[in-house]
Formats: sequence, structure tokens, C-alpha cells
Amino acid sequence: MLPRVSATVAIPKPDLQQVFDNLRGSRLRLIGPTVVDGAIALGEIERTEQLPIGWSDEQQPGRYRAKHGAEKTYFAFNVGPHSWRRFLHPPRLTLFSAKANGKMTIEHDGEEPPRYAFIGVRACDLQAIAVQDRVLMNGSYRDPQYVARRSNAFILAVNCTKASSTCFCTSMQSGPRVTGAFDLAATELPDVFVLDVGSEAGSQVLEGTSWAPANAFDVGRATEAVQKAERQITREVRTDHLGSLLFEHLESPLWKEVSGRCLGCGNCTMVCPTCFCTTVVDTIDLSGRSERIRVWDSCYTTDFSHVHGGNIRPSLRARYRQWVTHKFAAWREQFGVSGCVGCGRCITWCPVGIDITEVLKAFRSTGVK
Amino acid sequence: MNQARPKVAVYKFSSCDGCQLAILCLEDELLTLAEKVDIANFLEARSRVVDGPYDITFVEGSITTEEERERIQRIRENSKYLVAIGACAVSGGIQALRNWIHVDAFVQAIYATPEHIHTLATSTPIADHVHVDLELSGCPVNKRQLLTVIASLLRGRIPDVPPYAVCIDCKLNGTPCVMVAQDVVCLGPLTRTGCDALCPSFGRGCYGCFGPSDMSKPETLAEHLKGRRTATPEIIRRLRGINGWSPKFRAATEKLEKTTP
Ligand code: SF4
Ligand code: SF4
Ligand code: SF4
Repeated sequence: MLPRVSATVAIPKPDLQQVFDNLRGSRLRLIGPTVVDGAIALGEIERTEQLPIGWSDEQQPGRYRAKHGAEKTYFAFNVGPHSWRRFLHPPRLTLFSAKANGKMTIEHDGEEPPRYAFIGVRACDLQAIAVQDRVLMNGSYRDPQYVARRSNAFILAVNCTKASSTCFCTSMQSGPRVTGAFDLAATELPDVFVLDVGSEAGSQVLEGTSWAPANAFDVGRATEAVQKAERQITREVRTDHLGSLLFEHLESPLWKEVSGRCLGCGNCTMVCPTCFCTTVVDTIDLSGRSERIRVWDSCYTTDFSHVHGGNIRPSLRARYRQWVTHKFAAWREQFGVSGCVGCGRCITWCPVGIDITEVLKAFRSTGVK
Repeated sequence: MNQARPKVAVYKFSSCDGCQLAILCLEDELLTLAEKVDIANFLEARSRVVDGPYDITFVEGSITTEEERERIQRIRENSKYLVAIGACAVSGGIQALRNWIHVDAFVQAIYATPEHIHTLATSTPIADHVHVDLELSGCPVNKRQLLTVIASLLRGRIPDVPPYAVCIDCKLNGTPCVMVAQDVVCLGPLTRTGCDALCPSFGRGCYGCFGPSDMSKPETLAEHLKGRRTATPEIIRRLRGINGWSPKFRAATEKLEKTTP
């Protein structure tokens, strides 16, 4: 027998391997957190031992440390340098390849979209996927690769039981408790995973595990664990009228002040789970074989805003302003939601540690005056 | 390009030959290359020399002698499209460290017969002397980038040589930032990509061998590092290591020198 959808169940932690096996049995490629080059990144996994068992992280503006401890925790960390868009909207995607031999022959017509199971999607990132759904799937321009990858993806979400100093999901109403669409959502306790079953597929992958309906004690402990994470969150963004506040201060000297500290490297947009901009690069080799590749782009690169006749955002001030006003103001007008989910990546992975929450606070105090 | 195979020349100036070796390192493509173009003048690879004019000329090295100053003029006249390859040709290279000191003192100290040494006081990039159609930086140049340039030129396309920083390629490749995650000093945010973010993928900080990116802000990074872990003289040393004479690194290091006690 399998649990019904919307049931809450508990499984012993080692049973997670059975879930992995079931997912792999349905020919899904598992992507989950794993330690790479000193950080908890996302990569292809097959076994639970590849998860960052015993690892945690410490994050501050411009600083990230992965730490190994004594406890055998599976998910005692927050979001890392990668986000799920690497897999739903990959950094480089070959659209087609062609050969020039007098005429053009198409050799290869795009990539076969892989079928994934995402292990350990945090609340903020689940919200980020929902944001990208609006942009790439549910709007007027559907990206077929995104649609295929997204529709086939199995999502095992994880409620955060700790928060990093850079997290501000509570401000953006995206976490730390998972809401929205998932197949399974786990809360890790010392002995069991408490699982919310979100879909038929989520129920089916519990086949062969020793799942049991969660008892009141487990549910209570799970709630408490997520509340602990919530209490750890210190960063804050006031979102009321934030868009109009920024639009009213397009000429504020603050833009120049902050962009003076900015390196213009574009890392904030590259790590952001909701950014979706791409450019198209054509490659050619000596034999005349050519590939058209879609590559992530950023509003911080100069080519991005180079149009016929010149650059519409020639200064770093203009480019920095574009990023912030897009995330926190224009996005809402375009897609009906905030472009920021409060994951804090842009704060942690900015090499000089510029903190978006501080920047927005500075605008708030200008606005109040 | 004309119907016949385009004629290609490769010349060397003051340099270590590493960029010419990068051409020879195109092992898998070298035979195809030799079919598509006439390697007309490339002394490092073959002794046969076909006279110019050449369709594409690659120039390695910087200008450090009177003889080189004259020779580059003749090469330019004999070339339709001139590509400066490598840090030396693009920014003056490591040997441009002489530009901040008195080269005579070195000549006297090092050579047994200093009177035989005829050298200019400075090491300067090719573009300081003649018009350069394209600059490909790197120490050495990246062979993929070289190939892209040749293949594009053969098809009459503008070569795609992105001007942005190494960081973007680290992010595309999924390399966690070594500066943020491992406290390694990295010039990546200041440096033009082209190497596919090689050093950080091995846990090393970027040495800046491709020179400044189009938005490079060395002083901003120096200010940040000063507050955290690395003193300004060390930053100056790193910036000057390979591409110090590029206008952006040069201006920044000179300013940093003035403002640092
Ligand atoms: S803007 Fe920053 S905090 Fe917001 S979603 Fe993007 S990376 Fe996360
Ligand atoms: S314009 Fe900039 S901030 Fe907006 S989605 Fe594109 S890269 Fe991200
Ligand atoms: S921002 Fe919230 S949901 Fe995201 S990792 Fe941090 S605590 Fe978890």
C-alpha cells in the first residue's frame, strides 16, 4: 500500500536510498547536493552517500565555507553556488549544429531534454522555479527545452532546518517552509525524514520503503525544526511599495555610490536562481561545421546592452540599477511576482560582498525622508 | 578572402615562443589547417618561406629593440589582417616590468659585455607601433580561441572574442568561486576571459594572464582585499605580473602605488 496524496509520513533515514533507487528505476537522472571544490554544489548522484552527509555551511557577504561535523545530517545546510536553473535552463545549450557544404545542412537538431529528479530543493529555490515557470513556460514565449525538462522533473523538496546569515526568504514569503508544487517535501529529524506527499509520483517512489503515517510527535518535531531555521533569519527586506520606491529614485546618488563598490563581474546574476537572460553564440570550425549555442548572459556584460548605434547602459551605475530594478520592481510588472526569492546567493557569492538587503534599506531611508 | 588558399604568416618579436607553440599545439587540427591555409611564413614550424603579402599575419611578442620597431612596420605593410597574439604582443608582457625601472642598470648588472646589448628602454605592445586588426590575449593564447579566429576569418565572420570577465565562465562551468569559498586571491573579476576559466577550475586564483576585461576595476578589488586579507603591494605585484603595462592595470597600479604608504 502507498500513502495518499497530501498525507504526511515518516521514513527511516536510510530508506532514502530506496527512494533514489525507485527514481532511477523510472529512468530519472538524480541531481542533488554534493561537495565539490569546497562548496555544497549540485551534481549528478546515485547513492545517498554522495549527499553532503555531516556537512554544513557558513555564509556571509562574500564568504562561503563548507564545514564537516560529527552529526550524520543529510541536509543541514542552505543553498550553495548552484541553483536548479543549471538543469532546467542550462548555462550552455546547443540549439542545432550545421555543416556548410555549398548549402547548409542541419546535422543535429537540438538536445534531447534529460529527465531529472531534483533532490533537496529548498523553499526559496522552489519559489524560484515557479518564477522561471512564469517566464519560460507559462508566458507568451515558451522555451521548449525548459518546458520539457520542467514537466518531467520530479521534485523532492527539503524544508530548511537551519538558515544562513545571508538568507531572507521570510521577507520574500518564499521559505523556509516549502510551499507550492512538489512531489515530496522532507523535513529532516535526527532519526527519520518526515515527508509531505505532494503528488501521485511522490507517493509511488515510497514503494519498498518502510514508510508509516507520521505521528503527532514527529510532526511536532518537524514543525519545530523549521521554526528554528526561521528564527535564525536576520536579514530583512521591506517589500511594501518597493517597486515604486525604486522607480521614484532612478536618479538617486545611491546608484553611483553602490556601483562604485561593484566589480561589474556579473556574478550576482549568474548565481541568481531566477535570472533567465541568454545570448546566442555561433561557433565554427575549420571544416565548416557550425554550432548555434545558447549561453547564459547577464545584464552586467557590455554586449548585453549593446544595440545598433551604441550601448544603452554604458555605465556600471546603469547596469547595477538594471539588475536591482529588474529583480525588485520591473519583474513584478512583467511577470506578476518578485524576481527575488530571498535565497541570498547574490550576497554570498559577490566577491566584494555587496549586500542587496543593505542597498534596499538605504533606498528605504531615502524614501522616508 | 580570395579563392586561392589564404596565405598565413606567423612572426616572433620579444617573447618566449609559447604562443607560437600554442599554434603547434593544435595537433588535431593542424593538418586541416594546413589544407585550408597556406602556412607561408612560420619559421618556428617550417623553413620554407613564401613571400607576402599575407592574408592573415599573427604576431607574437613585444617591441623591445630598434630592429623590432622597424621590422613590425614592414610586416604591417605586407599583411592584410594583423592579429597580435599573447600578452607580450597585446600589452608588452612580463618584460614590460622594465618600463617602471631603468633598463640600463640591469644591462650593466647582468651582461658581461653590456656594450653588445642594444635594447629600448621600454617593452611595448604591437598596437603602439602599427595598426592591429585583432588582439588575442593570454599567456599563452588559448588554442581554442586561435582556432575560432582562424575559422571565422576564413568564412568572413567577425570572430567572437568575449570581452567580459573570467567570473562569467566560472559560473557557466559551475566552478564555485575560489575567492568566496576558499579565500584564494583571484584576479578573475578583473580579467578578460578566453581561457575558459582554467585556473579556478584547479582551485587556483586567476593570474590575470588575459589582461583586463572591458569593465575591469582593479582599484575596487584592491580596496576590498586590503580590508580582508591581502595588502596593496601584493595586489600591485600580481597586477603587474603579466599584463602590467595594459592601460587599465598600469593606471590602477600607478595610482595604488601613490596612495599606498
Ligand atoms: S536577487 Fe539575490 S537573493 Fe534574490 S533571488 Fe536572486 S540571488 Fe537570490
Ligand atoms: S536583465 Fe539582468 S537581472 Fe534581469 S533577468 Fe536578465 S540578467 Fe537577471
Ligand atoms: S533562503 Fe530560506 S529557504 Fe532558502 S536556503 Fe535560506 S532558509 Fe532555506
